Amino acid sequence: MPIEYEVRLIITYTYDRPAGGSRSLLRMLPRSLPGQQLIAGAVSCSPAPDSRRDSLDFFGNPLTELAHDAPLSEVSFRFEGRIRKDEAEGAFDFSTALDRLPAEIAQQHSLAPDSPHHFLSVSDRIPQAPEIAAFAQQVVGNGSSALDAVQSISRALHAEMGFDPSATDVTTTPVEAFRARRGVCQDFSHIMITALRALGIPAGYVSGFLRTNPPEGQARLEGADAMHAWVRAWCGAKVGWVQIDPTNDMMAGLDHIVVALGRDYADVAPFKGSMRASGDHTTRHEVDVVPL
Amino acid sequence: MGDADPVRSDAVAALLAAYRPQPGIADELLQPDGQLRPVWAPLIDLLAGQTPEQIARRFARGDQYLHDAGVYYRQYTGTVSTERDWPLSHVPVVISSDEWAGLTQGIVQRAELLERVMADLYGPGDLVSRGLLPAELVARNPEWLRPMVGIKPASGHFLHSMAFEIGRAPDGRWFVLGDRAQAPSGAGFAIENRMATARVFADHYPDANVERLAGFFRAFRDTLTAPRSGGWGHAAILTPGQQTDTYFEHAYLARYLGLMLLEGEDLKVQGDRLMVRTVNGPEPIGALWRRLDSRFADPLELFEGSALGTPGMVGALRNEAVMMVNALGSGVLEARALMAFLPRICRDLLGAPLALPNIATWWCGQPQAREYVMQNLPRMMIGRALTSQLPFETDSLTVIGGAGSDAVGDWLTRDGASFVGQEAVTLSTTPAMIDGKLAPRPMLVRVFAVRTDKGWTVMPGGYARIGRTEDPTALTMQNGGSVADVWVVGDTPVEQDSLRPAVSGPFVRGRGEMLPSRAADNLFWLGRNVERSEAHLRQMRAYHLRWAESDGRMTPILSHMQNFMSGTGIAAEPPISEALTGILESSLGCAGKVRDRFSQDGWMALRDLADTARDFSDRVQPGDDAARAMWVLLRKLAGFAGLADENMYHSAGWRFLTIGRALERADFVVRSLIEFVNPDAPPGSLDVALELGDSVLSHRQRYAMQTSPLTVLDLLALDPDNPRSILSQISAIRNQNALLPKALEHGQMSDVSRRILQLHTSLAVAKPAGMTPEQLHHIRGELLGISDDLTALYLS
Repeated sequence: MPIEYEVRLIITYTYDRPAGGSRSLLRMLPRSLPGQQLIAGAVSCSPAPDSRRDSLDFFGNPLTELAHDAPLSEVSFRFEGRIRKDEAEGAFDFSTALDRLPAEIAQQHSLAPDSPHHFLSVSDRIPQAPEIAAFAQQVVGNGSSALDAVQSISRALHAEMGFDPSATDVTTTPVEAFRARRGVCQDFSHIMITALRALGIPAGYVSGFLRTNPPEGQARLEGADAMHAWVRAWCGAKVGWVQIDPTNDMMAGLDHIVVALGRDYADVAPFKGSMRASGDHTTRHEVDVVPL
Repeated sequence: MGDADPVRSDAVAALLAAYRPQPGIADELLQPDGQLRPVWAPLIDLLAGQTPEQIARRFARGDQYLHDAGVYYRQYTGTVSTERDWPLSHVPVVISSDEWAGLTQGIVQRAELLERVMADLYGPGDLVSRGLLPAELVARNPEWLRPMVGIKPASGHFLHSMAFEIGRAPDGRWFVLGDRAQAPSGAGFAIENRMATARVFADHYPDANVERLAGFFRAFRDTLTAPRSGGWGHAAILTPGQQTDTYFEHAYLARYLGLMLLEGEDLKVQGDRLMVRTVNGPEPIGALWRRLDSRFADPLELFEGSALGTPGMVGALRNEAVMMVNALGSGVLEARALMAFLPRICRDLLGAPLALPNIATWWCGQPQAREYVMQNLPRMMIGRALTSQLPFETDSLTVIGGAGSDAVGDWLTRDGASFVGQEAVTLSTTPAMIDGKLAPRPMLVRVFAVRTDKGWTVMPGGYARIGRTEDPTALTMQNGGSVADVWVVGDTPVEQDSLRPAVSGPFVRGRGEMLPSRAADNLFWLGRNVERSEAHLRQMRAYHLRWAESDGRMTPILSHMQNFMSGTGIAAEPPISEALTGILESSLGCAGKVRDRFSQDGWMALRDLADTARDFSDRVQPGDDAARAMWVLLRKLAGFAGLADENMYHSAGWRFLTIGRALERADFVVRSLIEFVNPDAPPGSLDVALELGDSVLSHRQRYAMQTSPLTVLDLLALDPDNPRSILSQISAIRNQNALLPKALEHGQMSDVSRRILQLHTSLAVAKPAGMTPEQLHHIRGELLGISDDLTALYLS
C-alpha cells in the first residue's frame, strides 16, 4: 500500500551581529525517485531573498541558491509539501560476491550521478581510516555477498554505537564518533560509508525524513525529530543501489523519505550559508512528517 | 664560430675545455660529435673573450637588477617559509628559432587537445563512456569538481593559460613531462629572467636576434581586457595572498599588465555578477586570471573549509558572467596518470598522433598496465597517479628505477589505482657557470601558452630550470635548483618591442585605477601602525633619557610616564619589547598585502626598520643606550615616511595611508596633552608633552624660556603652522577626505565629511584655554568616530 505524507521542514538561523550580502544554498526539496513521488511542495524563505535560482546539482538533487543583500538578524527556510511512497520490492539477495565487485565496478564506464565510481574513494567528509577499515574487515567474513556485508556492518554498528545527540555535532569526523562509539544518524552514516568503501563497496549518503510518529504498536524510530540520514550502497550491477539505515539497523522503506543523495554530508547539507559576520548564531530545525 | 680567428677559437676551446657532457644524453651546447652548436656560437664567443673578473662583473649586474627589483620566491622548510633571492643561472639556454617553431606546433596541438578533454570531462563525459578514459581515474581525482559539470565557460573556452614542462630525450627529441593547467606560474618570472639576463649581456643581447617576450604579454592582456558580451567589467588577477610561494609574481604581473590584484575577500557575488569591492562601491569583474587553486575558490559550493574564496563564485560562473582563466576544475588535467591515455585520445579527438609526445606512462589501476610496470620495474619511476608533480620530484611514495621492488609490488597490488609507472628518463644538459667554469647541468624548459583572439600563442622562451648538480632530482628550486632565461635565436634581427603601445592621437592623462577596499584598508592600517610605532619610539626615548639622568632611580615623572605608557600596553623594559616588534610586524604585514601598490624602496625601508629593531632587541640596555637606539629607529622611520610622502603617487590609496597616519598622530597628541598638561602632573610633564609631540625646538623658538600649559596647548593642539599639531592633522584629514570618491554624493556631504568639518572648525576657532580635559576627551571620541565612519563607508 502506498503512503502519502505531509512534510514540513523549517530551518531558522538567528545571528547576533548580522552583516549584509549573505548567500544560502539549500537542498531541502525531496527528490522524485523510483518508489517516491513529490506530489506538491516548494521551498521558500523569509524574509524574501533578493535573488533566487533553482537548479539540479551534480547528483540530481534540487538546489536553491538565495542571496540577501540586507543584513539578516533572523532568516528561516521552509519546505512544505506532499510525498507519496510506494511499497518497495521484495529484497532477494541477487547481489554480487564481494570479491567479484571490483571487476563489476570497472565495467561501469560512466560518470553519471549514479555511477558507483563516485562513491569509492575519499570525499570531503569520508577519510581513509584504518581503524574503521579494520572493524569492517572483522565484521565481514570471507566469501560473503555485497548485500550481506552491508547488512552485517549495519547490524554491527547498531550494536556497537550508542545514539547520543549530545556526543557529536555537525562537524564531527567519522573517526572521532567511532572512537567515542556515540553519535547521531550523521555519524552512524559516515562511519558506515567509511567502512563500506574500505571493503571496496561503493557507498553514499542519503539525507531525508522519517515519519514522526510510528504506526500503532511500533516503536518510535531514532532520528525522527530532525532531518535524518542513512546510507546507500552499490551491491553489483544486478542489484544496484540499496538503502539502509544503520541508526535503526533496517533497510530504508516506506518510512524513509529521500531529500538528497551524495557522497557524504558535504554534498547534501540542507543549508550552507555565507555571511561575513562576526559573532555567534543559533539554529533551529523543525520537522513534521505526518501520514495522510 | 670564429674559425677565421685562431686567437678567438683558442679562447673558445679554453672556455669549453672542462665542459664534458655525460655520454648517452643530449646536450644543448654541444652536438653529439662534440662540436659547438652554431646557434650558441655568438654567446660563447663573447664569454670566451672575457676574463673571469669581467664575467663575474656581468653576472653581478644581473643579480643587482633582481635584488633592486625585489624578485623573490618563498621557500618552505618544514612549517617555516622564508623569502629567497631569485636563483638566476646567468647563462641562458639558447634554442634556434627553427627548432622552436616545431616545438610551438606541438604545444598548440597539446593545448587544444587538453581543451577538448576538459570540455568533455565537464560536459558529456564521452571519453569515459567510450572507454578512452577510465571512469575511476576521473572520479577519484579531487580536482575534478562535480559542481562545475555542465557549466559552460562564459568565454566559450575552458583553458586560456597553460604551461608545459618539456625536456629533451637522448635522441634529441622534445617530450612533455608535465601539463600545467590549474594556475600555471612562472610567466612573470620569465620576464624577470629576461630583464636580468639582458643586463648581464647588455652589449650583446640587443643585436643577438633573440625573440622578444613582450608581444606575448600584450596579446594576453588585450584578451583579458577585451570587451565581452554580458557587460563590461574589470580584468584582475586573483591571488591566494602573500603567503603563497609565487605572490611576488602575482603582484608583478598585476603591475606589469595594469590589472587589479585581488584576493577572494575583495570579491562578492551580487545578483548574477561577480563584483569587486572598491572604495567607489562595487564594480563588475569581466575577466579573472586565477592564481588560486580551483577548490578554494568558493567555500559554498567547493571546499567548504576555504578561507580564501568567494561565496557564490560558482553561481556567478553558472550565470556565465565572468571569463575565468582557467575555468574552475582545470586542475583535473594535471594528473600524471592522464598522460597514459592522451596518445590514444589525441588520435581519437584530433585524428592525429601527438606532435609532441609525453613521457611514457602506465596507470596501474588497470591490470595489464600494472603487470607491464611490475615486469619492467628497473626502468620505471613509480609515483602517485593524481599528483601534478614531475617524475623526479620525489616524495615518500616515489621510487626510481625499481628501488625497493618488494614494497613497490605490494603498493601496486593493493592500491594500483593510486600509482603510475613512468619510463625513467634522462634530461639534456645545458651549460651553467659553476665556480668560474662552464659545466653541464640537467635542464627542463617551461613553455607558456595563452589563448588570444588569434588562437594559442606560445611565449618564445624565457624559463628553464637548471639542476644544482648532475642529478635531475636537484632541479626544483625548493631543492636548490636555479632558473635560466631561454633565448630563441633566429637568423634575422628582431623588432624592438615592449608592452607600451605605439602612441597615436592626442595625449590623454591616465585614468585613476580602482582601489579595492581591502587594499585601502591595509594602507589605512599601515598608516596607523607606522604612526603608532613612532609614538612608541618617542615615549621610550623620552623615558630612557630621563631614566639615565636619574641614574635609574624612580622619580615622579618616570612613574607618571610609566603609567601613561602602560595605558597602551607599553612597558619601559626591555627597551625593545615585543610590543614594538609586534607593531612593526603588523606594519610590514599591511604593506605586504598591498605590495603591488608600493615602491620597492618603501618596502625595503620598512623591512630594514623591522630588521633593525629585531636586531637591537637582545642587546640594547636601558638608559642612554636605549635612547640612542630609539633615535636610530626614529630616523629610519622618518626615512619610510619621507618615501611615502615624496615618492608615492597621490592616489586614493595614498590618501588612506595619509589619513591613517594623521588620525593616529592626532590621537597620540590628544592623549599626551590629557596626561601631561594637567595640574596634577609632576614637574617636567610639559617638557615631556613637547618631546612626545616632537615640538621642543618649535616651542623654544616661539616662546623662548617661558613654558606654560597654555603655550604647550596652543603649539600642540591649535597652531596651524606646527605640522605636529592636532589642527594640522585634522586639516590633512579634511583635505584628503575631500578628494575621496564619496566625500560628496549628489552634492551632499557624507556623514564623515560633516564630522571632519565640524571638528576642524571647532579647533580652528578654539583658544588654548578652551582645550580642557573634557574638550580633549571629546576630540578623542570624534577621531574614533571619523575612523569608524571611514571604515563603514569605504573599507568594509
